[in-house]
Amino acid sequence: MTEAAAIAAHEPAAPHAARPLNQPTAADDQHLYLDGVTVSFDGFKALNELSLVVAKGELRCIIGPNGAGKTTMMDVVTGKTRPDAGKVFYQGRVDLTRLDEAQIANLGIGRKFQKPTVFENLTAFENLELALKNPRGAWAALAARLKPAQIGRIDAMLERIGLADKRFGPAGALSHGQKQWLEIGMLLMQDAQLLLLDEPVAGMTDHETEATATLVLSLAGERTVVVVEHDMEFVRSLGARVTVLHEGSVLAEGSIDHVQADRRVVEVYLGR
Amino acid sequence: MTPLHSALSRLLDGKGWIVLGGLVLAAVVLVPALNLAAPPGSPFRIPDYMVPLLGKYACYAMLALALDLVWGYAGILSLGHGAFFALGGYCMGMYLMRQVGTRGVYGHPVLPDFMVFLNWKELPFYWYGFDMFWYAAAMIVLVPGVLAFVFGFLAFRSRVTGVYLSIITQALTFAMMLGFFRNDFGFGGNNGLTDFKEILGFDVQARTTRVGLFVISVLALALTFLICRFVVTSKLGRVMLALRDAEGRVRFLGYSVTMAKLFAFTLSAVLAGVAGALYVPQVGIINPSEYSPANSIEMAIWVAVGGRGTLYGAVLGAFAVNFAKTWLTGAAPEVWLFFLGLLFIVVTLFMPKGLAGLRGQWRGTRKPRFTARRRAAEAGDD
Repeated sequence: MTEAAAIAAHEPAAPHAARPLNQPTAADDQHLYLDGVTVSFDGFKALNELSLVVAKGELRCIIGPNGAGKTTMMDVVTGKTRPDAGKVFYQGRVDLTRLDEAQIANLGIGRKFQKPTVFENLTAFENLELALKNPRGAWAALAARLKPAQIGRIDAMLERIGLADKRFGPAGALSHGQKQWLEIGMLLMQDAQLLLLDEPVAGMTDHETEATATLVLSLAGERTVVVVEHDMEFVRSLGARVTVLHEGSVLAEGSIDHVQADRRVVEVYLGR
Repeated sequence: MTPLHSALSRLLDGKGWIVLGGLVLAAVVLVPALNLAAPPGSPFRIPDYMVPLLGKYACYAMLALALDLVWGYAGILSLGHGAFFALGGYCMGMYLMRQVGTRGVYGHPVLPDFMVFLNWKELPFYWYGFDMFWYAAAMIVLVPGVLAFVFGFLAFRSRVTGVYLSIITQALTFAMMLGFFRNDFGFGGNNGLTDFKEILGFDVQARTTRVGLFVISVLALALTFLICRFVVTSKLGRVMLALRDAEGRVRFLGYSVTMAKLFAFTLSAVLAGVAGALYVPQVGIINPSEYSPANSIEMAIWVAVGGRGTLYGAVLGAFAVNFAKTWLTGAAPEVWLFFLGLLFIVVTLFMPKGLAGLRGQWRGTRKPRFTARRRAAEAGDD
């Protein structure tokens, strides 16, 4: 069964299902569009003709058992992995499979890694300074000096991600949850319009998870956010449309209640 | 509260300028005065052999700074920096050979002695122009710079990092050594270039010339320090530190890691080349042994001993290790290599931040870079 048909069969009421997936339409409708992407590692298909559309301003959660291809999907979008087949369109125009990581990042696609990755030997302030949208060339960086307005923006971001009092501290001394927030803050400083968050609440306390949910919800609408997550409670609290990946393609799509009621989703999660 | 970055993007603070100025002034005033003006037999007199020796240390310190820029900041451990140093040295050596003129053993007006000896009839094309100082000076910068640019571009674009990069830099300098050992390569083979007479019309053996070269070396060292300091206090410097810690993150922020590394590597090679060029007239010879892999490894030890990622640590390390080397190879030459190995082990185990980190270690703080600010931040928390 094709993925489009799967969606049509399982969620006939959804507006997305009515649109054929393989026909590009207006850019606004398709902030991100994966078309039949296949990635194989030594014969193992991490992604198997995966097609997926994320609309502008949408908050989308991607779930799936281990090895379903969630992280590989992010690798393909951000240029870390080149697909064997298929295309990835950004804003309906740019084919991301032809660009490298830095070029993709400069288009406005930001990625938070599964393991929080911040510059541990720099302060929280400096981490955000490097992320700040600015010319990225070596000479430009050599000559760059922060303007007062930019310092203000960095401080405002530190406030927003709850790290105002860690401004002077090394990022390496932050807690796991704080590093996750700092990394999200870096994506925002980078002025990313499409945010890919790989397990943003992994290893967080309940309280931190809640705060992260508030932060992510505050981004939706203003930016497009794709969240890969295992934590079902977190996904539920986001109240977003959910895509279930399994063996490299879409198994089901819809609200969290809808997909959790799907017999095949239960099957792949619990094993046969 | 003053913004954090202002302290970080300052070239030097007031105290730093005073220390740097004081050291440079002491070196360029005291050494010449105590060598040229102090009466023979005076206990304060700096003996003649000491002046080029100190000049040589200053060149090594420049080289250590260049290595610290790539290793301590960008995390690129080059074990082939001797190649760039030697290339700068050979360019200077070629200029000095052309200055010999008819005063060579064979008295040939154009060909250096070794070419006459090899029965060569004319000057190879790559020796053209080296009779002019400006041309040689340009080559001192260009040859190491272009080699580093091309080599770095290929290596960094292919994302060769860590120990693999160290190994290919080592291979680079080894290959250069084998090439320069060959007589038909046209650089004097085994013996290299030596028996220099004049530099810019000054007798290279004269006491005043040697003092002059020493002063220029010290000034060049100070300038190199300021250039490196300018780079590491810029935003590019923070990009370099960032890619040392998390290269992928830097890429996903939209920076070209290749370009940042290439900038650091090329600048570093140019600085190393200039250091080599100042070194050659003071030691009076350049030969292929400068390319030997062991030399390049020793340079990494200077930086490790001094403390990497601090710049002044590299200078400190270069002077300390080379003083020890001069003293030990005189007093007990057979133990020098054992000492060097032991030093490296001791530093790695007990002084991970080198001499520059000792102050912080004694204070019981792990990361000196953050202590003042952390205290300020903690005070703010209370």
